[in-house]
Amino acid sequence: MKKLNGFWVFLALSVVIYAVGQLLIGTGLLNPYYSNTLIFIVINIILAVSLHLVIGITGQFSIGHAGFLAVGAYISAILTKLDLPFPVALFAGGVVAAFAGLLVGIPSLRLKGDYLAIATLGFGEIIRIVFVNIDYVGGAAGMQVPHLTSWTSAFICLFITLIVIMNFTNSTHGRACISIRENEIAADAMGIDTTYYKVAAFALGAFFAGVGGGLYAHNFYIIQPTNFGFLKSFDILIFVVLGGLGSLSGAVIAAILMTVVSTYLQGYPETRMIIYSVVLIIVMLYRPKGLMGTNEITSYFSKWTGVKGGRLHGK
Amino acid sequence: MDWLQQLINGISLGSIYALIALGYTMVYGIIRLINFAHGDVFMIGSFVGFYAITGLGLSIIPALILAMAVCALLGVVIERIAYKRLRNASRIAALITAIGVSLLIEYGTIYFRGAQLEVFPSALPTKSFNLWGATISVQSILILSISVVLMIILQIVVRRTKVGKAMRAVSHDVEAARLMGINVDRTISATFAIGSALAGAAGVIFGIYYTKIEPLMGVIPGLKAFVAAVLGGIGIIPGAAIGGLVLGLVETLVSALGYSNWRDAAAFIILILILIFKPSGILGKNSREKV
Repeated sequence: MKKLNGFWVFLALSVVIYAVGQLLIGTGLLNPYYSNTLIFIVINIILAVSLHLVIGITGQFSIGHAGFLAVGAYISAILTKLDLPFPVALFAGGVVAAFAGLLVGIPSLRLKGDYLAIATLGFGEIIRIVFVNIDYVGGAAGMQVPHLTSWTSAFICLFITLIVIMNFTNSTHGRACISIRENEIAADAMGIDTTYYKVAAFALGAFFAGVGGGLYAHNFYIIQPTNFGFLKSFDILIFVVLGGLGSLSGAVIAAILMTVVSTYLQGYPETRMIIYSVVLIIVMLYRPKGLMGTNEITSYFSKWTGVKGGRLHGK
Repeated sequence: MDWLQQLINGISLGSIYALIALGYTMVYGIIRLINFAHGDVFMIGSFVGFYAITGLGLSIIPALILAMAVCALLGVVIERIAYKRLRNASRIAALITAIGVSLLIEYGTIYFRGAQLEVFPSALPTKSFNLWGATISVQSILILSISVVLMIILQIVVRRTKVGKAMRAVSHDVEAARLMGINVDRTISATFAIGSALAGAAGVIFGIYYTKIEPLMGVIPGLKAFVAAVLGGIGIIPGAAIGGLVLGLVETLVSALGYSNWRDAAAFIILILILIFKPSGILGKNSREKV
């Protein structure tokens, strides 16, 4: 009964946020610049949450997430170019990205810690270089993409992403992933198929990164392989780390904050990067677990504590 | 004999990677940290060399020494400010801090001097001679000899001096080294200083060899040098040199075969293959998983 309550609260909150956003954009109270920022925030939340599943929940340090973003972006852009409907293209982008996630995850998730980080970084760069070398998608010059992402489509994707990831986290599978994060050897000894869960979480994260990539591509008029380099992966990483490794609401809050800050600093790209890096260093030195740690925002309103990093709704 | 020429090119490129990789491997060996900022120290070295030659009118060797000194200092400062507090922190926190330091150096440099390219002055004679039909420039021979000399000096420092002995002891077991009266902090600083100085030298050599330098030039060579360090067995000093040479040769081979667009991918494919099949690297020993 209580669990049901949490879900309805979440649903109601989403509807309210959606309606307010739609009202602001639809009535023209927000100019196109700000409504675009709003859509961009939503996309960044999807990306942050998809990486949160890999780093925060499963504890696998991946820094090549932009590669999956690129896969989703390019696949969906190709499909809409072939006149397929936008939702189909988004879904297909996600599926292909998940497939890429499997392809990357199966060999590299045998590695741990630093080595895994470097391997995922290498894969991310390889994916980018592959797109540079495919002439069909325009190579380094980039590819024209129709502008299809709207507040509605972005918000629906975000809603589905959050629901799936929250439910996954609270399920048996999610708990298995959390146990891998806490202690992989102990999880293994408890009979959890660690490889299976690591790869599954990786592929699921890649799927949502792919969907986010599709939205990202169709929010701009052109996509280029350089958009999906090293730095894009770090952008996403910063959301997750700043919010707190293992905190879904932390990732969401950090994504909103950082997007707003970087939108304000758009005219000063160097200053933006300097602020980013200083924030990153200071947070790591003085608060290495991030803003929220593994807590969720709901745990501040309730005395009931669930699995750390595992519960968002249903208190 | 085109192949001989490619071989020389590959070795020259490989020796630059090897010099950067040495710093990575030494730092990793001693504090188990992937120092992402290392590629940017390399970039700073290149710029110091550039300003020393164009601004101060120094010749190549004094410029090289100045670049090495500045980078050594920079390396120690980075270690003292950012990494020292993180000795006992989680690996992820240390890695993220290193990424942060790297971005800070890159964009700090762009902030202060702009992102434009500089053309490195040709400080070495541009003559070349024929060897069995291959054209070999004096430059690449000099570059190679500078790298070899630096690596020999490094080997002497690590094997024959007290600091080197302390470095080997700390990388073997920090606690035991501390109990033996070794000043661990100072030893770690010395490691950073030596590694960064080598990166600075690599920066100057890179500038002479490729002539174009810019603030983001350290990212890709830095990553590739890391690949070289992993390839040779991270933490093992001769391994870094071997890994660098192998990587340089493979990249030159890929370009020579006409796939120059795939050159950057080659390094990462090597990385992934080595991580999957022999994560301890060419010279590394397999270690067993411990609880």
